[in-house]
Amino acid sequence: MTVFIIRRLLQSAVVVAVMSLLVFVGVNVVGDPVDMLINPEADQAEIERVIRDLGLDRPLHEQYGYFVVNALQGDLGDSFIFGQPALQLIIERMPATFELAIAALLLAVVLGIPLGVLAGLRPDAGWSRTIMAGSILGFSLPSFWVGIMMIMLFAVMLGWLPSTGRGDTVPVLGVEVSFLTRDGLSHLLLPAINLSLFKLSLVIRLARAGTREVIHQDYIKFARAKGLSETRVVLVHLLKNIMIPVVTVLGLEFGGLVAFSVVTESVFAWPGMGKLIIDSLHELDRPVVVAYLMIVVLMFVIINLVVDIVYSILDPRVRLQDTKA
Amino acid sequence: MTVQAEQRPGSGLEAEPRPDDVSVETPFRRFVSDFLESRIATAALAVFAVIAFIALFAPWIAPTDPYDLAQVSVLDSHMPPGSTAFDGRVFVLGTDGAGRDLLSAIFYGLRISLGVGVMSGIIAMAIGSVVGLAAAYFGGRVDTVIMRIVDIQLSFPSILVALVLLAVLGKGVDKILIALITVQWAYYARTVRASALVERSKEYIDAATCLALGHRRILFRHLLPNCLPPLIVVVTVQTAHAIALEATLSFLGIGLPITEPSLGLLIANGFEYMLSMKYWISVYPGVALLITIVSINLVGDQLRDILNPRLQK
Amino acid sequence: MAGGETTLAVEGLKTHFFTKAGVVKAVDGVSFEVAKGEIMGLVGESGSGKTVTGFSIIGLVDPPGRVVEGRVIHDGRDLVGLDDEQMRSLRGNRIAMIFQDPMMTLNPVLRIETQMVEAVLAHNAVPAEQARDAARDALGQVGIPSPDERLRAYPHQFSGGMRQRVAIAIALLNRPSLIIADEPTTALDVTIQGQILYEAQKLCRETGASMIWITHDLAVVAGIADRISVMYAGRIVEQGTTADIIDQPAHPYTRGLIGSVPSRNTRGDRLFQIPGMTPSLLNLAPGCAFRERCSVADDACLAEPEPSRPLPGRVLRCHHPVLDTAQ
Repeated sequence: MTVFIIRRLLQSAVVVAVMSLLVFVGVNVVGDPVDMLINPEADQAEIERVIRDLGLDRPLHEQYGYFVVNALQGDLGDSFIFGQPALQLIIERMPATFELAIAALLLAVVLGIPLGVLAGLRPDAGWSRTIMAGSILGFSLPSFWVGIMMIMLFAVMLGWLPSTGRGDTVPVLGVEVSFLTRDGLSHLLLPAINLSLFKLSLVIRLARAGTREVIHQDYIKFARAKGLSETRVVLVHLLKNIMIPVVTVLGLEFGGLVAFSVVTESVFAWPGMGKLIIDSLHELDRPVVVAYLMIVVLMFVIINLVVDIVYSILDPRVRLQDTKA
Repeated sequence: MTVQAEQRPGSGLEAEPRPDDVSVETPFRRFVSDFLESRIATAALAVFAVIAFIALFAPWIAPTDPYDLAQVSVLDSHMPPGSTAFDGRVFVLGTDGAGRDLLSAIFYGLRISLGVGVMSGIIAMAIGSVVGLAAAYFGGRVDTVIMRIVDIQLSFPSILVALVLLAVLGKGVDKILIALITVQWAYYARTVRASALVERSKEYIDAATCLALGHRRILFRHLLPNCLPPLIVVVTVQTAHAIALEATLSFLGIGLPITEPSLGLLIANGFEYMLSMKYWISVYPGVALLITIVSINLVGDQLRDILNPRLQK
Repeated sequence: MAGGETTLAVEGLKTHFFTKAGVVKAVDGVSFEVAKGEIMGLVGESGSGKTVTGFSIIGLVDPPGRVVEGRVIHDGRDLVGLDDEQMRSLRGNRIAMIFQDPMMTLNPVLRIETQMVEAVLAHNAVPAEQARDAARDALGQVGIPSPDERLRAYPHQFSGGMRQRVAIAIALLNRPSLIIADEPTTALDVTIQGQILYEAQKLCRETGASMIWITHDLAVVAGIADRISVMYAGRIVEQGTTADIIDQPAHPYTRGLIGSVPSRNTRGDRLFQIPGMTPSLLNLAPGCAFRERCSVADDACLAEPEPSRPLPGRVLRCHHPVLDTAQ
């Protein structure tokens, strides 16, 4: 067990190191920030001063060395555009992204599980086919286009909901959140739905498949033979069994939501870190791009590590249940 | 000995899904008739055929060349669907902000989107298959290293992998191809390895090994044909995925350059006119994208159903 | 045992499954009675329709199957045609069922307590505390040590035999008048089988419940049942007291079944095998379903054999029964 954890930790460290090298070297080969950062009317001395300030005159491996040493101290460089520490920029925008991702995750669970269970209970009914057709669409539709269509319909044509920004926020434990104000909630709604669509389809499929499998299990029939009401059979015996795999998968999917929020944030001008990275890519703001990628990669490595370890701890029991259930 | 060696692969040469079927034609015919059983899938296949035709022959069937400046006039910009140009042409789907006929732009966009998606799919499949086969066939350390890389890559969402690569590589057709291939290859590798492992344990591979056939011959003539069914399913799913991902990246402005106006770029161009109710510039390219992806996915769903031995009773 | 009150009377029961491939007549005209306190063995190969018969009685036939004909009289009331709620209030209350595989019948993610208490509360408006006491008592009754502790456990913490005891305890919770036991010992080790058999028989006697013991294993049922019904291809082909059926089987199929049980006498001999396989119930041809495998079949068997009562307490469906001697 300990050996396993140590090996996984080492592996994670290698992944992060490789990623950092790849990202840093790669990003520093692209474009020349000097051209765009410096006033075209600046004289040669001015240009050289800026290059020196930014450390762009050093050899690449030296720049990487500084980068690693600084990164370990939490310093990922200053943004060329904002002049602020890149890490700080990202952390400032993190709550907005997390709020969006959590809202999307909740929507996917709250809507997806009932819909999937319904579709699984009566797979041949018309509305079940409709739900499944919807989930195929949810998988197929590129989310940026759905986002545009949502803006067109709900913001432009109907005028019900705002199309951009976060709206009013209130601080909760020092973090600004939108969902507690009416205005903020109305701003959150469209992006959250947009971001959740793909996961919603996934949850529907998982819940349906789970229902189809569990409903034929002996313990469901036994529950009926005990004279339980259909409501209790479905809400307790069935739901509890399908929740476990669904929730496990969703835990893994949270990172995916954060990554895909890049698209949704760009469409809805949601001021999170996803929009920041796209803007920074356009503006060749290398430190911010590097910092974003490092943070997200780190987040993924940690999520995967934790899930792996938790799984390996649960494994004997999980296996036990699999063979018996 | 040599006679036997030639006879044995003979049954695998026809690329049949199952070597134990004696007849050459039956499996393929059954495959076709199974596929046509679903009306939705058949319709989807027909739709995809039309789309592929449009993409292939866009320059010849498009009403105008939207990127020939002589045929485009800014005077025609933002015209709603069905409008008539000053020279009498009808813009069936309207025009975009630069006065281009949207229908023609969509035809050309399909050509680019489908071309990039399919090409990346084919290259990724080639790479993934070889790597997956190698992992399954050689096993041991080769297998461990390859599959560890595959697992690690697949633990990141495709868009993040693409973001990293595009941040590193920059813009361009070759760059987006590399990104799309990188995103896909691991799925092929994993699929091919899994089915190759199953096949490898079967007797006919032992027989081939006993006949002292070369590695390459066993790999490509014996193992690979038998990995085809799952591979076909993954091809459809991944191609649809690649097309959607390319559109997304191009929409975000980090994919294809504006000289290669794929559907994603068309949609992005239309986005700015959305708020002034000029919906068609975004909507129609999106519909074209949607139809493409959905038709591929529906075909893939049906393929999965008929090729999945677990579902066959 | 004759002359007692009748707990259950099944009359001409037909349960058919309407599949795409055609109609599967899983149960096709089954009649039998179970007296109060009696244990009836329902014997047949897999696919003979014995389990479907059990589910038909408690109204749990899954689509595309349904009861198309016949009556199921329980305590004087016909259960066929009762609405869902009436049926629900009987299930687990007046009629309980025990399933084949104890590994599968208990919900893996719910505590034993939850699964027992809910069975009490489904039929009785009592406080949860009282339901819990009933559950604990039932566990004690089936011989589970420290029932208080075990209530808190999950199914995977029990062995197979223990789980079947729990299932039996659940079946007993509401003092049913009829228990349908569907091969409750098949999935268990032989040593545990004996314990469960003994336990079930004892509890039946104690509570006065009737029991239908469904099995494919004649040896098991011979040790527990008062009477035996032998099913073949959706019909009961022979019915009688356990002693009669075992000592003087009259139907060629029953004779075949008994001949294929190994015993001391058959040691060293080749075991008898019934030739052929169970027929598919899909679009079964008319006539005696056993004729393809029967050694004495002739043209008469192309016609459907009607049930006859050649001896007291005996029901037979055969054109050529062997009535005089033991085998």
